[in-house]
Amino acid sequence: MTTLEALHLRKDYRVRGSGWRAARLQAVDDVSIIVRPGETVALVGESGSGKSTIAKMLVRLVDATSGTVTLDGETIGQGRRATKRYRSRVQMVFQDPFSSLNPALTIRHQLTRPLRIHGIVHSAAEEERELLRLMESVNLSPAKTILAKYPHELSGGQRQRVAIARALAPRPEVLIADEPVSMLDVSIRLEILQLLNDLKLERNLAVLYITHDLATARHFSSQIVVMRSGRVVERGPSDAVILNPVHPYTQFLVRAAPDPKSAPWIVDPNRHLGHPEVVVSTENLELTEENTSVHWVRSWDDDAAVNTMLASLASAQTS
Amino acid sequence: MTFSQQELAEPDLSKSEPDLSDETGGRRIVRRGSWKFWVGIAICALFAIIAALGPLLAPNPNQTNSDGLQAPSLQHLLGTTNIGQDVLTQVIAGTTGSVIIGVVAGALTVVLSMIFGVGGAFLGGKWDEASSLLSNVFLVIPGLPLLIIVTDYVQSRDILVIAVVISLVSWAGAARVLRAQTLSVRSRDYVDAARVASESTWRIMLREILPNLMPIIASQFVFGALGAILAEAGLSFLGLGAPGGRSWGSILFFAQNAQAISLGAWWWFVPPGLCIAVLGAALGLINFSIDEQINPRLRTLAVLRPKAKRGGK
Repeated sequence: MTTLEALHLRKDYRVRGSGWRAARLQAVDDVSIIVRPGETVALVGESGSGKSTIAKMLVRLVDATSGTVTLDGETIGQGRRATKRYRSRVQMVFQDPFSSLNPALTIRHQLTRPLRIHGIVHSAAEEERELLRLMESVNLSPAKTILAKYPHELSGGQRQRVAIARALAPRPEVLIADEPVSMLDVSIRLEILQLLNDLKLERNLAVLYITHDLATARHFSSQIVVMRSGRVVERGPSDAVILNPVHPYTQFLVRAAPDPKSAPWIVDPNRHLGHPEVVVSTENLELTEENTSVHWVRSWDDDAAVNTMLASLASAQTS
Repeated sequence: MTFSQQELAEPDLSKSEPDLSDETGGRRIVRRGSWKFWVGIAICALFAIIAALGPLLAPNPNQTNSDGLQAPSLQHLLGTTNIGQDVLTQVIAGTTGSVIIGVVAGALTVVLSMIFGVGGAFLGGKWDEASSLLSNVFLVIPGLPLLIIVTDYVQSRDILVIAVVISLVSWAGAARVLRAQTLSVRSRDYVDAARVASESTWRIMLREILPNLMPIIASQFVFGALGAILAEAGLSFLGLGAPGGRSWGSILFFAQNAQAISLGAWWWFVPPGLCIAVLGAALGLINFSIDEQINPRLRTLAVLRPKAKRGGK
């Protein structure tokens, strides 16, 4: 199947109304991600860190300022047809199932369109069969009844299943899931994540799971990439990053997600001293297929925001 | 503040119909329409029927006879004008003219505002800049003076020409409303989802965005029709309308010219004036009920009232 390689992605936005020269906002600054088939990579970070911009660049809703995206080493052109071909291989599940389904159209319509656009089906009978198969693969039943409904007649969990089915309709090889459960009730989050995981194994999908929830990131993904203000600050195998977070920002994230079974996390900016296997550097790790398993941390000596954070923490502890 | 107190007293009522307009677009307006909607529709339907049957009921509105300025009688239900024209016949013929102007100008207003409002907002970039600029220019030009100049300049005074002129000077407000709403709908996730599915631009516009704009477009149509009927009445009253008593405004113009008020000939100017007021009110009522469906805050008030009444009994 397909490996998604996004290398050195960069996205600048022009900020209007700030003097004569338009200021530039670097939403995404030199981010590289490799997602292999059958593997989930978690992209973690607070809101505004550029996670969703990356998702949108990967499905070509937003043009990257620079950087390359390849599927199995193949660069796919920018034209209309090429983009369609690209999107038949890379699909996306949106964050909010309450707004990602058009309220004015039936579920059947919303699932049929991608099937027709990407030429998956060629006859009415085939279409019906494929629709039922899609509904079954996301565990929605009774399929016939649900297909005839409008989105507002479904629950949040059902809607997200429909959204997943729509993303699967073109038979993609890479699935981008942009916070797929953050708008859902806690009780059904796990079901949806489990469904995504099962689909990944069943279809050998490469999944990019964007989230701010470290616990599910660790549970469902093999690799974690932590972002802050558009840059990768830490990356590595899930367990290494969660159990041994080195960058202060990651440590703050871990501390913010309390685990009732263990003592509260203590932020220690010198944690890397006890772990020589962790690479701390000022330069981005050159990402290749082989070194995705390296636990890499961006040096924060010259990062004012992080140092302010640490200083305020230190003063809070001493006082 | 009484409203929010009511809301606090019965907070569950406001949740009884969650996100109605947002969920279903325009299709539910009719289902749960308030009394305003049905009264408005009934009055409009009545006028529409009169307008449609106008040529049959009043084939020759300008026919004169010898008894001028008669008060209402069995022979002339609404009396006669100074040159002996039957006022009822004139009002019926005027209904045809005014309704045609309302419908044509309303439709044209919607078409123009969709081209410049929806089109501009959807295409974005330079198209948006250009169409915004154009609609802003039309917005700041004062309507009635422009209308007077244009109607004066246009040689033909056909009813359709007047409808076109009216919509040309009045589409800009509707365009701004539609542009704002299109920008909001365009940035919803389902439009992005359609783009990720590689839908064509036209299909996204027609199938994804337009259905969700329908309530606003309907309301702009009603508003445009109302404005056009009033504007035409104003133009005709100033003597710039369609000649020959073909609309309510021109009946008023002739009544004014013949000094109907000082002669006490109320049957001449009250019926057309009342028609304008009633049809205007009916269109306004339809617009209010659409507004209630679009704007949840107004809707809550409408939902609360009948419940409170029932509780009082």
